[in-house]
Amino acid sequence: MILVGELALWVALLMGAWAATTSFAGGALGREDLVASGKRGLYATTAMMVLASIGLWTALLTHDFSLKYVASNTSANMPKVYIFSAFWGGQAGSMLFWALILAVYSAIAIRFVPPKSRDLVPWACGTLAMILLFFIATVCFKANPYDRLSFVPADGRGMNPQLQNPGMAIHPPNLYLGYVATSIPFAFAIAALVTRRLDAEWLGIVRRWSLLSWFFLTIGITLGMWWAYVELGWSGYWAWDPVENASLLPWLTGTAFLHSIMIQEKRGMLRKWNVVLVVTTFLLAIFGTFITRSGIIESVHSFAQSPVGTWFATFFLAATGTTIYFVATRLRDLEAKATLESMVSREAAFLYNNVVLVGIAFSVLWGTLFPILSEWVRGSKITVGPPFFNTVNVPLGLLLLGLTGVGPLIAWRKASTSNLKRQFAVPAAAGLLVGVVLFALGMRDGYALIAYTLAGFVAATIVQEFQKGISARRNIHGESFPVATVRLIGRNRRRYGGYIVHAGIVVLFAAFAGLAFKKDHDVQMKAGETKELVDPLGHRWKFVSQGVSTSETLNRFVTAIGLEVWRDGKPQGILTTEKRQYFDSNKQPLFEPSTEVGIRTSAKGDLYVVLAGVRDETAELRISFNPLVVWVWIGGMIMAVGGLIVMWPQAERRRAPSGYVATLEPRREMAATT
Amino acid sequence: MTSARTKFLIGGALVLGTAGYLMATSIKETGTYYLTPTELATKLDADPGFRNTGVKIGARVVPGSIQREPGGKEYAFRVTDGARVVPVVYRGIAPDTFTDGVDVVVEGRMATDGTFHATTLLAKCASRYENAPDAEKYKQTPGYKAGAKA
Repeated sequence: MILVGELALWVALLMGAWAATTSFAGGALGREDLVASGKRGLYATTAMMVLASIGLWTALLTHDFSLKYVASNTSANMPKVYIFSAFWGGQAGSMLFWALILAVYSAIAIRFVPPKSRDLVPWACGTLAMILLFFIATVCFKANPYDRLSFVPADGRGMNPQLQNPGMAIHPPNLYLGYVATSIPFAFAIAALVTRRLDAEWLGIVRRWSLLSWFFLTIGITLGMWWAYVELGWSGYWAWDPVENASLLPWLTGTAFLHSIMIQEKRGMLRKWNVVLVVTTFLLAIFGTFITRSGIIESVHSFAQSPVGTWFATFFLAATGTTIYFVATRLRDLEAKATLESMVSREAAFLYNNVVLVGIAFSVLWGTLFPILSEWVRGSKITVGPPFFNTVNVPLGLLLLGLTGVGPLIAWRKASTSNLKRQFAVPAAAGLLVGVVLFALGMRDGYALIAYTLAGFVAATIVQEFQKGISARRNIHGESFPVATVRLIGRNRRRYGGYIVHAGIVVLFAAFAGLAFKKDHDVQMKAGETKELVDPLGHRWKFVSQGVSTSETLNRFVTAIGLEVWRDGKPQGILTTEKRQYFDSNKQPLFEPSTEVGIRTSAKGDLYVVLAGVRDETAELRISFNPLVVWVWIGGMIMAVGGLIVMWPQAERRRAPSGYVATLEPRREMAATT
Repeated sequence: MTSARTKFLIGGALVLGTAGYLMATSIKETGTYYLTPTELATKLDADPGFRNTGVKIGARVVPGSIQREPGGKEYAFRVTDGARVVPVVYRGIAPDTFTDGVDVVVEGRMATDGTFHATTLLAKCASRYENAPDAEKYKQTPGYKAGAKA
């Protein structure tokens, strides 16, 4: 099977080249037979990639250490689940994984193109085959997981302990599923540009895949934050590291697109802008991969320096060049069909949403690239850290949060004063109330106060919308509250799914603002010693050290300390934190020691304890109180659920679409329009 | 009466302008030079006032140079880029990965006595997420058996 997989990889390379060539030729010459052949070539490539991947999984699970990849990333004594996830744990395997997802996505996208968009198929198929070809070629020539060692080691070198975590097993696949999904909108954008069929129909496909990408990126980023928080032991979840930024960039532009596309659907505006957002999202995904793989930017957690950098740079530049050419030559086909009528309108709110999202994306990109830019321009490398990103993005983020409340409620075209009063009086009052109460309770952090005021405002707008919709259903159909709620969401998935995403955003921002009140304490404790600390919410905590113990398990040696914990005099049980030294089957140490954080989670905040080290039987601990952290994960999950609701197929089943625009949001009359 | 489009553009420019201003000022205030020991020495020779600027040094820990103040959280060690050696003192919790021979990034200031006072210490492991694909290392493992070209 391993040999089959390796061969399949090379066959996939040939098939990909065939698919790209025949598709483009078929498109250019208008020959149906070539187009059909290109499609079959794409499906064959997909089949080969599946075989190649099964081959690598077989090698991993059967411990074939003659493969360098297997030997470098796994060891015989590792739990099965992590051997399975080692597929994407290393450079070469993750590239193969990327190509696999792209192949499967491409086959699905091309197979299910609606009949009226058939003209796009040759070019979309060709573009996808080209991207696929690039990834397969990179895997074959630069990062081949089937490379063999000149000898067979008795055991592999194991997986970095920090990757042996459930979050790490599922975080990368989600991120890749999100990253790779940006390829489909890109391919269809290129196809629409080439054929000049830039009316509404290509947007249908693009919107669906952009949503899918957004959905997986949201989950992937949230899981990444969670993993960093529970595993890395620095008691934070976002450090503005280049790798993190790389995942955020396509999410930001993708989010911008999902909003601006509504303006194009409704009003025929922003047609150029939408094309630009679609292709930018893809290019940022590729660029993000490039900067994290090439070692060009210093990152604490990037892949080892690797030879794929030049390939990615070349591919990125080629893709950018092609895109710019097609957009520039098609400008006239992209003229807007309407103009902005008023500053007080939903269009304007969405436009500002786009300005802010793209502004954030730009500042993140700028900060990430600044070390390189400054070296080019000024000759010395200057780095910017979290202070830079926070200074710029906190105000922009708050502006965005405010717009989250305004956008969905304000009328299209031009909002009347009565519309504004009716929609915003209650939410604005609710927001102010939240702000005033928190101020009265003693909160003095300016940004946090603004954040909670806005969060209150947005939350109230969402509640108000649901309440209106539900009571309308109850009055008209006489439904009970739960039935009305479910039907309301089910019948207007885009709208109410979107509100649920916004609710997730509110929760997320509320949690972010909690960071302003984070407290860290470095303490040293002997066995039996007691420490008392006060958390940011005023609770008194008492810790009693039970002393340091050592033990040995399956594949690691563990140094642990147990702390008896009391909060306000009530016992909270025992919290343990560990330092682990992993070893291979021969008890040879692998990797540097890693930290296992002791975390006690509650809705109000986390207690986060790290064993920094042990000297002369004295444990050095960092005890942190992290307010509201759990709401970051909850917010992320709410957003994902909202995304899922929006994505769920529905409209197509009920009515044959006569045109994409016409099928959208049939119940818009219940919206804010007066 | 200006058109809505113009108004929007003014608003947009205002937002982006503010963001741009924040970016520029915060780079000026928080941007940190990222230097090798040699580059730092050159800068200091050219301008002794550079001492007061916070910098980051990226270099490798000289093996055997790490000294830990007994019972305390202060570390003294030396870093090098192969040409220059800089003594560093750091107070705080060192990361797990901080050992002999690893690449580190220290942020802080150069004191007048030529010691670098670090406020943050990041240890970077080239093989952090992936073991360096260095075939030679396998041969050092006791269980290594040669031969069997697959």
